[in-house]
Amino acid sequence: MRPVDAVITKFVDETPSTRTIFFDTFFEQVPGQFVMVWVRGVDEIPMALSYENAITVHKAGEATSALFELDECDSIGIRGPFGNGFGISGKNILLISGGVGAAPLAPLAERAASSGISVTTMLGAIKKDELLFGKRFETAGKVLIATDDGSEGRKGYVTDLLDDNDVDADRFDSIYCCGPEPMMKKVLDSSIIPEKVQFSLHRYFKCGIGVCGACCIDGLRVCKDGPVFRGDVLKDTEFGKFKRDGCGCKVKV
Amino acid sequence: MLTTKISGLELKNPLMLAAGIMGTTGGSLKRMARCGAGAVITKSIGIEPKPGHPNPTMVKLRCGYLNAMGLPNPSYKLFQPEIDEAKHAGVPVIASIFGVDASEFSVIAGAINADAFELNVSCPHAEGYGAEIGTDPALVEGITKAVKNATDAPVWVKLTPNVADITETGLAAQKGGADAVVAINTLRGMAIDIESGHPILGNRFGGLSGHGIKPVAVKCVHDLYSALDIPVIGCGGISGWEDVVEFIMAGARAVQIGSAVGDNINIFSDISSCLEAFLSLKLWTLDDIYGMVHEI
Ligand SMILES: Cc1cc2nc3c(=O)[nH]c(=O)nc-3n(C[C@H](O)[C@H](O)[C@H](O)COP(=O)(O)O)c2cc1C
Repeated sequence: MRPVDAVITKFVDETPSTRTIFFDTFFEQVPGQFVMVWVRGVDEIPMALSYENAITVHKAGEATSALFELDECDSIGIRGPFGNGFGISGKNILLISGGVGAAPLAPLAERAASSGISVTTMLGAIKKDELLFGKRFETAGKVLIATDDGSEGRKGYVTDLLDDNDVDADRFDSIYCCGPEPMMKKVLDSSIIPEKVQFSLHRYFKCGIGVCGACCIDGLRVCKDGPVFRGDVLKDTEFGKFKRDGCGCKVKV
Repeated sequence: MLTTKISGLELKNPLMLAAGIMGTTGGSLKRMARCGAGAVITKSIGIEPKPGHPNPTMVKLRCGYLNAMGLPNPSYKLFQPEIDEAKHAGVPVIASIFGVDASEFSVIAGAINADAFELNVSCPHAEGYGAEIGTDPALVEGITKAVKNATDAPVWVKLTPNVADITETGLAAQKGGADAVVAINTLRGMAIDIESGHPILGNRFGGLSGHGIKPVAVKCVHDLYSALDIPVIGCGGISGWEDVVEFIMAGARAVQIGSAVGDNINIFSDISSCLEAFLSLKLWTLDDIYGMVHEI
């Protein structure tokens, strides 16, 4: 498909480093799918839809910085949604979110809560004012917080909450995890049954449609077979250890 | 029933993974072999690591796909482990290589260990490489000859359709000592975003692949079969078993499948079983239909 022209209608600064960009076009998605966002003349990058008509951007590279420089009424090109999103199952689910990993998890929380599923979220960020979508997760259910500097909730990584007695991962039917790869790797390596956890992965995408193979983790195409994978599929793969740069060279995660 | 021999390589079926598709890592090549490919070609590998062109690098159009990856690759110095890992799947692994001149091609071919080499003199969107040399018969002959001197492995030359007469470059490859030719690489193309006037591809233009190019590829194979003594490997727009039959009837000894892998990762095993059923039904063998159209 050619890129759809999406005109920017509104910006919301969510945290000091993240901004939600709303546009005039709605995309029907399964939370966890991604769209390719084209800043014309700059680059095209994969992003989660944080709402049906919005993306939430964390300033990182050239393309995300260019997204921060756009104004209302500017337009971007959007292709997708692509890939496989989260499979929602069970009566009682746990979300584990780190940083901007909240972008695909917030719509999941809302969709699950609206169909009567009990949602608990472990929400982590480097500090209090970087906690993303806290209100959305609270509206959907229970929220436990961790910050690296202890400015809110437990001091430490969001995965440390698993060691607390009030989060017993075993009592949840399904667990959904998105955030920095080392955080997700910790969850994968924890005592939680890997079949129970769905991880939403991030890789450098080129074609975005499962042809070129640039985003492969041991033959798994993150763009087409993922970006959501069950934990047991990721066990004993490059996940959490290596990724490929633009040339295809192995680099440490 | 589908076993095929080409330039000394034994294939369990005549269906190979085309260069540049799932070909950058040992893991992805292995997966495609396990999904039923008779052989796999790697991503084209060059002298230095190359990140390729900026995104968008590929877009699906009504008639097929347009891509301008820009030959991203980790360089031959880092690539041998990926080939070695791919070999574990038990099918031939062919290294696709590219360079600016005969000496770059030979350095890579001399350093890499693979079951065969495929010379990419046909990429339409990388400045100084690919089709910029692949349209000149003298350069094609010279590069082929140099690589033949640098390696004992079979050498295939992948041809560009962006020429007036593909048999000229095909004959040049044969003269240079090629063991087979592969036809075709992508056709030059471009797509423009009408909302903004921007070219969609980061590189502005690229190469067309997918079902729209199949008739072009079938004609190239047909002409090469007539003109050459070495085998022709068909490529371009295959997405089903009927396409494979058509290519073989045009004169292809084997075929390669690229873009269609995106939507059907099991395309190799799917096509193998249908092809076998078709041949049984017709009481034909692969040899019976090979070049059939030329006898009619
Ligand atoms: C994403 C993509 C990357 C490609 N990369 C290469 C490459 O590195 N070397 C090469 O010789 N051909 C490359 N090609 C061309 C294919 O190998 C093939 O010749 C062409 O796509 C036609 O086949 P198809 O219609 O089955 O895709 C690439 C094609 C695509 C779509």
